[in-house]
Amino acid sequence: MSNRTKASLWARYTSKSPVFVTVFSVVLGLVVGALVIIVTSPVILHSWSQIFASWGGIFHALKVTLDNVGAAYRSIFTGSIVDPPQFWHSLTTGKDWTAALTPISETLTYTAPLLIASIGVGIAFQAGMFNIGANGQAVMGGIVGTAAGSMLHLPTAVHVPLTLLAGILGGVIAGIIPGLLKAFTGAHEVIITLMLNYVIAFFLIYTLLSTALQQPGQQNDVSRYLDPTAQLSPLFGAHSGLRVNWGIIIAGLVVAFAWWFLERSTLGFDFRVTGANPKTAQASGINAKVVIVLVFLISGGLAGLAGVVQVSSTTHFLDGGFLVGSAGIGFTAITVSLLGRNNPIGIIWGSLLFAALNVGGRVMQASTSIPLDLATIIQSVIVLFVATPVLVKEIFRLRVEHAEAVQLSVKGWS
Amino acid sequence: MKSMHLELRNITKRFGNFTANNKISLTVEPGQIHCLLGENGAGKSTLMNVLFGLLEPDEGEILIDGEPVKFANSGEAVRRGIGMVHQHFMLVPVFSVAENVVLGFEPTKSFGRLDLEKASNDIRRVSKEFGLEVDPDAIIEELSVGIQQRVEILKALNHDAQLLILDEPTAVLTPQEIDSLLEIMRSLTAAGKSILFITHKLKEVQAIADVITIIRLGEVVGTALPSDPETVLASKMVGREVNLTVAKNEVVQGDTVLEIRNLVVHDDRGIPVVNDVSLDIHGGEILALAGVQGNGQTELVEAIAGIRRVESGTITLGSKDITNNSPRQILDAGLGHIPEDRQSNGLVLSMSVADNMVLNTPRRAPFAKRGTRNLKAVDENAQTLVKNFDVRTTSTKAPLSSLSGGNQQKVIVARELSRPITALVASQPTRGLDVGSIEYVHKQIVNERNSGRGVLIVSSELDEVFALGDRIAVIHNGKITGIVPPSTSRSDIGLLMAGVTEGSNE
Repeated sequence: MSNRTKASLWARYTSKSPVFVTVFSVVLGLVVGALVIIVTSPVILHSWSQIFASWGGIFHALKVTLDNVGAAYRSIFTGSIVDPPQFWHSLTTGKDWTAALTPISETLTYTAPLLIASIGVGIAFQAGMFNIGANGQAVMGGIVGTAAGSMLHLPTAVHVPLTLLAGILGGVIAGIIPGLLKAFTGAHEVIITLMLNYVIAFFLIYTLLSTALQQPGQQNDVSRYLDPTAQLSPLFGAHSGLRVNWGIIIAGLVVAFAWWFLERSTLGFDFRVTGANPKTAQASGINAKVVIVLVFLISGGLAGLAGVVQVSSTTHFLDGGFLVGSAGIGFTAITVSLLGRNNPIGIIWGSLLFAALNVGGRVMQASTSIPLDLATIIQSVIVLFVATPVLVKEIFRLRVEHAEAVQLSVKGWS
Repeated sequence: MKSMHLELRNITKRFGNFTANNKISLTVEPGQIHCLLGENGAGKSTLMNVLFGLLEPDEGEILIDGEPVKFANSGEAVRRGIGMVHQHFMLVPVFSVAENVVLGFEPTKSFGRLDLEKASNDIRRVSKEFGLEVDPDAIIEELSVGIQQRVEILKALNHDAQLLILDEPTAVLTPQEIDSLLEIMRSLTAAGKSILFITHKLKEVQAIADVITIIRLGEVVGTALPSDPETVLASKMVGREVNLTVAKNEVVQGDTVLEIRNLVVHDDRGIPVVNDVSLDIHGGEILALAGVQGNGQTELVEAIAGIRRVESGTITLGSKDITNNSPRQILDAGLGHIPEDRQSNGLVLSMSVADNMVLNTPRRAPFAKRGTRNLKAVDENAQTLVKNFDVRTTSTKAPLSSLSGGNQQKVIVARELSRPITALVASQPTRGLDVGSIEYVHKQIVNERNSGRGVLIVSSELDEVFALGDRIAVIHNGKITGIVPPSTSRSDIGLLMAGVTEGSNE
């Protein structure tokens, strides 16, 4: 049908471009976040209770509302990206660069492992597979990486790559189990990867209490420290005061690899064909079993790399709380990947946004009375809207898709 | 005698910027069979959905007996006496005929108990009235497709339909079943019912229509008489001169290139649906496999392509035994495969035309080198094929979903015929295509045969079987019931399709 090609450019853009839905979802997330601030802030509520107490009460209430919501969002921004006055001060005086750059440095530090894990999840999604076990795979990467980083003693040039490889290996081990089970027994990957998360969480405790990995002299579930030779060093030196480290460079390389892999490699082509249409993939000679195993190998390996980067760049040791539960980057990675439409470039923006909300949320918590949970609420609302594009299009009156939806329901009648 | 006079006046339906129906007007008189003839995508189904209350028209009105009506949903259309028989039946396979017919409008006794006896009696009365013989107590899944269709018609009549919409009703029927359907249609109109008959098959139109309205690109392009020759109807439908017969020279039969011996294949439930089938396809000939849908053709082709396991028997391509080889090995051995369901088995709609053109050869030179795809070569290949195979697309980078069904099929044909093959298996290669595309695909298939390849065509359209086949094999219930020359009469082939093997020269 030539109808599709006849649509105007704008209509096509708004209906076809998922970027629109995502951007609008972020806007809606911030709007809902503002509403939450309003209904939970005692100061704001009090000001609204007084609107009939005096002339101009309503203007006072509006001012209080704007001030408080503004302060919250301002602190998220200045805490995660840049504080303009501070930055201007450094620019004009040449001093205090650490303070000026700390927000963005923190955001990038937080971004690195999240970005790597999200790419792993995104590649699996592109192949039509739901790797919900990225968290466990990241933990496994942390365990094996920590073992290599703390038990071996080598020069930096060898030790860092070896530690990272060990982390990847850990993720591969955790990833290949569901891969093999799915490929050869038809087991559903969601169930297996989800359950393996729990298995690995307990395996973490077990290893942390073993003589091999437990910190000498400790009774708690705390691992040995990584040798300094196994740590990812800060980009601007240990004395810069900025935590941003080689992890973000590694993340950049992973994005480049993922882009090449999906867009240019023959194997990535097989992945995408399998994801888009498994039956066609089979008929065109793609071996589904091989693809399934490789998907989980690559996805798990990247999650493992994310885990080891986290340990090697920031914590430098493991404890029983490493990536526990829904706070784990492996779970956030699923939402980030969806937010970025499973596309490496989109995932960069998604992980930057989530990292910034987390880092800025902490600053907001410290400087205003609003708890960090607001950041989580905003993140959740964004994901909710991204997951329901029809709703977003309804709200913003992007009516083209509506017509297409009607058309879809008519499909197969001619 | 109740009857209906239906008029559609200037019906316009738009989807976004696309006008699916543009000021369509037509009138159906009581007791008339009105044929709506048009290519796929011409807007026939949209118009019927508007009439049946599934879509709301942007402009125009529907008049029943001169009175404007508006349907918010199909239930209202049914209440006003419009019945629709869908192309895909809406029946519950494990229910009886009576239960299906009354579904949604069940007659009840006291305390809401189902009155199946009344239902059965009603059905007997209605079937006798219109010559629709059906046993009300039979279970749907045990009935043949033709009978199931009668049940659909009964369902509509039971709701007191005065106007029946039949949407491509003959696609799933044997020639004999088609004849009896046409008979039923005549008896319905004799009783004052009117029928809107949607089809793209010209022979049926000529056989049954009182009035023909031809739709092209969402507009009425004219009316025609049933007595008009086929070529006139076809060219009106397509908008240009159409050549309905494929020019073929004499067969130059070569060696056997595809040999199927005693093949047994099971369906998904593990039931043997291909039963001891043996076929020889020679180089330079087209063997057409005729049969009603669902008689094992799908599974047979899947087994040849390596997508379905062969339980016993052998398949030999050239001199290579490809039985139970992987699809990739079979493709590499030189089998071209045009699958029955192009969208679910042969294409990736979200990917570009160029990617789809190399779907089963992404690793071959020059499309890739050491694991990296050469997108320039992929695109150049697509440019050439788009030109050579006349694929209408805005760009080689456009997603395949933006192409019409006919052009999607051309993409598959181009892909399969552009690589070195020794045999081609084409399953329903022109299903859902417009006359123009059918002409083109047929020409390409005959070209393959002329250049010495062996071709197996699987088709449930007898026109296609006769147009292409150098020999015709007929399959019924997983068995070959006969291999006959194309000079065989339609009715003889119809009997073979129904499984009657007496008199066949097997």
